[in-house]
Amino acid sequence: MGASEALTDPSSLYNVGNNDLSDTETVLNVRNALASVQNGESDLLYDQFVETIQINNRSDHALGAQLDALLKALSGSVACIDVNHHRRILSGIFGMSLWDHKPHVMDSLVDLIISLAATSGKYLDNCLNMLIRHFVPPPWVIDRLWQNRVIEQKQHVLSRVHGALLKISLLVPLAPSRLLPMLAHQLPKINKKDQVVVIYVENLLKLENSSIGQVGGGMIFMMVMERLRDLDLEIDWDDILQDDSNRGMFDMELEDAMNEGDELPVGSLNQDTSGGKIESLDKLMVTCFDHLESCNLHGRLDQVFEKLFDSFENFILNTYKSKVSQFLMFYACSLDPENCGVKFGSKLLDIFLSSNKPRPTRQVSLSSLWMSAVAYLASYLARGKFLPVSYVATMLKRLVDECADYCRTCNDDIRPEAHQLFYSGCQAIMYVLCFRMRSILDVPRFRSELIPLESILMHKLNPLMVCLPSVVAEFLRQAKAGGLFVVSDSFIFEDLLESELSRAFGGCERLDTFFPFDPCLLKSSNSNISGNFIYWSMVRPTYDKDDDEEDDDDAEIIVNGDEESDEEDEGDLDYALNKMSITPKHSFKNNMERERLMKMPSMIRPSTSPESL
Amino acid sequence: MEGLKLTNAELLVYIHPSKSGNKLKAICRELSSLLFQYDEIFDGVLLAFDVTVKSKGAKILAGLNPYFGVKVEASLLLFNPKPNSLVEGKIVKISPETIHVIVLGFSAAVVTDIDIREEFKYRMRNGEDCFVSSSHKRHVLKVGTMLRLQVESFDEEVMHIAGSLLPANTGCVKWLEKQSEEALHMDRLVLICTLFFT
Repeated sequence: MGASEALTDPSSLYNVGNNDLSDTETVLNVRNALASVQNGESDLLYDQFVETIQINNRSDHALGAQLDALLKALSGSVACIDVNHHRRILSGIFGMSLWDHKPHVMDSLVDLIISLAATSGKYLDNCLNMLIRHFVPPPWVIDRLWQNRVIEQKQHVLSRVHGALLKISLLVPLAPSRLLPMLAHQLPKINKKDQVVVIYVENLLKLENSSIGQVGGGMIFMMVMERLRDLDLEIDWDDILQDDSNRGMFDMELEDAMNEGDELPVGSLNQDTSGGKIESLDKLMVTCFDHLESCNLHGRLDQVFEKLFDSFENFILNTYKSKVSQFLMFYACSLDPENCGVKFGSKLLDIFLSSNKPRPTRQVSLSSLWMSAVAYLASYLARGKFLPVSYVATMLKRLVDECADYCRTCNDDIRPEAHQLFYSGCQAIMYVLCFRMRSILDVPRFRSELIPLESILMHKLNPLMVCLPSVVAEFLRQAKAGGLFVVSDSFIFEDLLESELSRAFGGCERLDTFFPFDPCLLKSSNSNISGNFIYWSMVRPTYDKDDDEEDDDDAEIIVNGDEESDEEDEGDLDYALNKMSITPKHSFKNNMERERLMKMPSMIRPSTSPESL
Repeated sequence: MEGLKLTNAELLVYIHPSKSGNKLKAICRELSSLLFQYDEIFDGVLLAFDVTVKSKGAKILAGLNPYFGVKVEASLLLFNPKPNSLVEGKIVKISPETIHVIVLGFSAAVVTDIDIREEFKYRMRNGEDCFVSSSHKRHVLKVGTMLRLQVESFDEEVMHIAGSLLPANTGCVKWLEKQSEEALHMDRLVLICTLFFT
């Protein structure tokens, strides 16, 4: 008809390419071959075409040129390809990989794929699958990722794949919705040795940044968050930290141990099995951080944050063993404290407060979700260096008011299991104040907002007895020193991090010892976080850390049997970790030591050799 | 444009008990899950709907999951382009072998060179691909033109239309409408002249 006539008419203005006539001939040949196969005849030329496509020899230029011409001709004859009669050539095309070819062949192949996808609905799924497969590079690429030519090839391939996906979604508007389930399906399983999943996630996030992300961004974040969580849970953190369950809450945090040159008590047996996963997780986190940063630069972080929070709520909020994945939220908030930082806290508080709303049936299973939300809120308010004190004070006030309301309506004695939410709320308030007491008390208005706290803590429900002893002890100490109020009863805790009562309110998930934003344990991730993170060593409590030894004698709260341990552990870090100690291992008395300890802490690296700053 | 129809339907929507707090929202959610998909029962792709809840009571299903069924009256906008009907869409890409069109913003339509009538010739004008009619120089098809095409087939799974520009009443919508207006105008003129001379 009209257009095909132009192919046979050399005088037409139709310009097929540089070498007009031979390309036209090729197209005609291809069409004839396809037609004859469709009619049921066997065709030598068709067999030749199938063979050319299956050849995989990058170095042969002649073959490359032949393949190039064939692909171009096929692009021009897409309408003549029949899904039933031309299976061999179609499977050949869908089996090809851009990784194996030179850029000019890549271009022709990509054009063919786009034409196939756009021209007939029957090929759309195959084309999309073929393109997504490139997100998992072949082993020879993974093994040589540091080589320049491999990096160049990766750039050539992935830029064309993304370009093709965008062009297809332009021509076939429903393509993105078909693409997303395929992306989920092809996500590589957790593999200890390969970094493949990191590259795949890199590409997923790049898609999120494109127009496809407008449609499917939420689902992409879900996929990424789920993978982060799964990897996080696979790693045996307890082994790496060598059972930190007895470590003092406010003991000097592990990074100070690194300053000493002490060896971190790492289970070296686990290095081999967990080592690769730790690296993968670290790289994945950094990839995600980079993506969030670029979103922020383009002004999209606010929009992205909603999707990010949804996936956090779905996967991380009710997972109590993840140690690292939650830092994605922390990082996003640190990039944009006024919007995202505020939103995160408010959403968590809303989840906690939604426990008040009337429900048609008594849904017990949600209580751990609410407790988890308030634990996250507490850890976030305590550790977020970028959060202004006024914001922390506002959140605290709402928590205090909520607990005060609860006290007013409740006339019960201590019953940890029945009043879990109340105790977790109180513990949250106390935990935040351990970190922020001084700055809050400095402002009279904020100080006055904390007045109801005394009556809450003195209520029959006795939160001081039930909440985590280490938190209570530190809080009371600071409250006394800061003049907030003085507790008349003495609380003897005796080396306890936790007690039976706290275990009771914490439940089987141990939400009483759940502090999700405790320092991040991965090297590269932590370097992104530490600038915005409040370490315990950075906190200036209301009592003077210098006067520790004198204070202990007349303190009404007896925390520790023996304050100073003469057994400076040369190799006995276990003992130090087991000791419940408010005083830091190294006194601030010595000026030199104080300066060293006040420095930005070094990274924690779960390996046998300590990392220097 | 043919292929679009508005129908009324009486539906029974089953809702999970946990959603009993907000029935309308649950019903809308159920129906929304059918949007932009071909449904055999409706015989078309559901594009939009409007619901009103008919009855106050609902029947609870017996069995493990006590879903309850709410009677609903809905008006549905359906899209089902039958073969040989006409549809209109915007041209998004032109190549010597194909014209790619998007219909109603969601359906991809393609006209291949075999289905383009002889009148149209492929040209490259000012760096732009276009098809120009050899008999009417002003009848040009290029990217951005609204095109009227005849449906050859409709792939329900991917919402893909295979179209044809063979019939004479297909082509650029603006040009065709201008033509028909002029034709109408001519007809009137001829009628007046005939009346005048008789």
